[in-house]
Amino acid sequence: MTDTANAPKASRRSVLKGAAALVGTSAFPAPFVHAQERVTLRYLSTAVNQSPAIAERASEDLGIDIEYIAVNTDEVPRRVITQPNSFDLVDSEYFSLPNLVPSGNMIGMDANRIDRIDDLASVIAKGTVDGKKVGWDGTAPHEVLYLEGQNATSFAAEPTEWITLIPTTYNADTLGLRPDLIDKEITSWASLLDPDFAGKTAILNIPSIGIMDAAMALQARGDITYGDKGNMTREEIDATIAALIEAKRAGQFRAFWSNFQESVNLMASGEVVLQSMWSPAVTAVRTQGIPCVYQPLKEGYRAWASGFGLPRTIEGRKQDAAYEFINWFLSGWAGAHLSKQGYYAAVLDTAKEFMEPYEWAYWYEGEAAAQDIMSPDGRLLEEAGAVRDGGSYEERMGAVAAWNAVMDENQYMVRKWNEFIAA
Amino acid sequence: MTHAADTDAAVRTGRTAARGRRKGRRRGSAIAPYLQAAPMALVFLIFFVLPLAATVLVSFWQYTQYSIEPAFTAQNYGDVFYGCLRDLPNLCTTFRTYLSTLKFGLIVWAATLVIGFTIAYFLAFHVRTLKVQVILFIICTIPFWTSIVIRMISWIPLLGRNGLVNQTLLFMGAIDTPLEGLLYSDFAVILAMVHLYTLFMVVPIFNSLMRIDRALIEAARDAGATGFQTLAFVILPLAKPGILIGSIFVVTVVMGDFLTIGIMGGQQIASVGKVIQTQMQFLQFPLAAANAVILLVAVLGGVWALLRLVDIRKEL
Repeated sequence: MTDTANAPKASRRSVLKGAAALVGTSAFPAPFVHAQERVTLRYLSTAVNQSPAIAERASEDLGIDIEYIAVNTDEVPRRVITQPNSFDLVDSEYFSLPNLVPSGNMIGMDANRIDRIDDLASVIAKGTVDGKKVGWDGTAPHEVLYLEGQNATSFAAEPTEWITLIPTTYNADTLGLRPDLIDKEITSWASLLDPDFAGKTAILNIPSIGIMDAAMALQARGDITYGDKGNMTREEIDATIAALIEAKRAGQFRAFWSNFQESVNLMASGEVVLQSMWSPAVTAVRTQGIPCVYQPLKEGYRAWASGFGLPRTIEGRKQDAAYEFINWFLSGWAGAHLSKQGYYAAVLDTAKEFMEPYEWAYWYEGEAAAQDIMSPDGRLLEEAGAVRDGGSYEERMGAVAAWNAVMDENQYMVRKWNEFIAA
Repeated sequence: MTHAADTDAAVRTGRTAARGRRKGRRRGSAIAPYLQAAPMALVFLIFFVLPLAATVLVSFWQYTQYSIEPAFTAQNYGDVFYGCLRDLPNLCTTFRTYLSTLKFGLIVWAATLVIGFTIAYFLAFHVRTLKVQVILFIICTIPFWTSIVIRMISWIPLLGRNGLVNQTLLFMGAIDTPLEGLLYSDFAVILAMVHLYTLFMVVPIFNSLMRIDRALIEAARDAGATGFQTLAFVILPLAKPGILIGSIFVVTVVMGDFLTIGIMGGQQIASVGKVIQTQMQFLQFPLAAANAVILLVAVLGGVWALLRLVDIRKEL
């Protein structure tokens, strides 16, 4: 059965190859022209990851043109699964991989072609910071980093030569708050459900992430002890949603947000004083002159990581260009550029080379800023003397409790989440 | 007698000849109306009928987290109504969602009808010149000049906790603490929808009112009808087609709306559209398709019921 199904496919492919060869020979100067031609890579990711400055710099350094395709967080995996021909390079979150890899639309990347494969941050490659294990709840990147083979549709338990995603950026998420509107000291995720803040909190309306924030809060309050917050059992999902419904009916939440700008608006307008938030969103509130703190909490952070993957259809010059671009990305300039916006770089040493010592000290070492801290586009982010919320890289990434995830019981979870919204 | 018969016959033949000529002309031009309708029919076929057929088809397929596979299963429909019988008398998610959507549909329909009719009446009967009518009409379309997102964001400074309305009320001493229910509540959703969709009522009702023969109103007055009687027994019955068309617009738009409900309700209020969107985010296309089919049936049922009330073909 499989043989008969494969046979015509193979023959068709060889016919195509033959045709391609024919075209190649008939148009003799073509290969020469091709080598000279600039390559354009269609780069699929969320808008947050797409910095025009990086595309510009890559174009100068490599002669490769980057064409950004900006979509929502949820749309990235949907595009990979439904339209794998529509991009050449995808910057996807690691937590999407359990859906992407079995679809067979991604190809394992050859570790031998990545110059700095051994220098990747250990928190991504091994799940450790400074040799110490961080929380592995959810879809920890190192668990989904390797494939059994180039075309495998399942993950390898041990490191192999085939990489799913080469990390671009990652960070640790926590609660953002308005210090001018809160008189309490906030130390725990449980504050999200604190009745003192009734009608003034918000959570994410991306079910897979929102439910984890809720889980962090519920476990902190002592209601539920989860086996794995990123991969709940049906009973755990039921209990979590029941608690959320109770909080919602009591008027705990002001709103749920589903994109970056909404979270900024809620916080800046004072509609919400405490919510789960993304680091650049906190920065965005602050640049409006409104105080906003990204509060480290005793239970730790919910982390995320995203990285470059290649679609199965990529080949030839485009594939070479993609590897070239990824190697350039890891070589420091891009890492430094992202670090200055509050993200962490995949290869720390190279990013450090492209940052001023005071910048490195502020962003990575948790030290007070020796000079004013500027964003890459020249806006003032922090005045001299400021210290990064949560401190150093080791303190922040070392305190990761869980990673963004897709659960095995995903379909059940979505159904229950809709129940929560309707309640 | 013969003479009469002769003329009769002549007339008859003449008529037959005329009928024959007419028939021939009709046969030649019979295809013309079809050709005229063809472009629209084609657009409908490609962009409406085919996608709809695909949606119905996919609603019977199976899916995993990363694939959908052709099958013929009613599982998706079962999932949509999961727990609906078991949980009675408590409402299941789907019933609760539809009930909430229906509630918005009714309230918004009633509000837009009253406001829309009043505006249309004013435009049709009190504004004398066409120029002023056109200007006032354009003013009615102002809500549509900006994008939905910007319009929604601009409600925050108005209705928010620290918004204009709350600050004014606080300043006047009407309230001590800000009203929380102004934003991210049922009230906010209804306000935004009425603000948006009233125009859909104004246009068709205005059209109906303009077609009323003014002599009828004069006749009613001459016959001794009061202003209210004229309105209730002359104008309203004649405005029925406009009211019906407006109602269909408003009800269908509200039933399928998820952006307004989402943003003005702070994403805390369920709508069928939002449920479908969430399912699509998680690649549960067959389940989303099943939900879409059910929504379509519900809306078509509503439209059908409305059409029972007025025979729109006769009225037009």
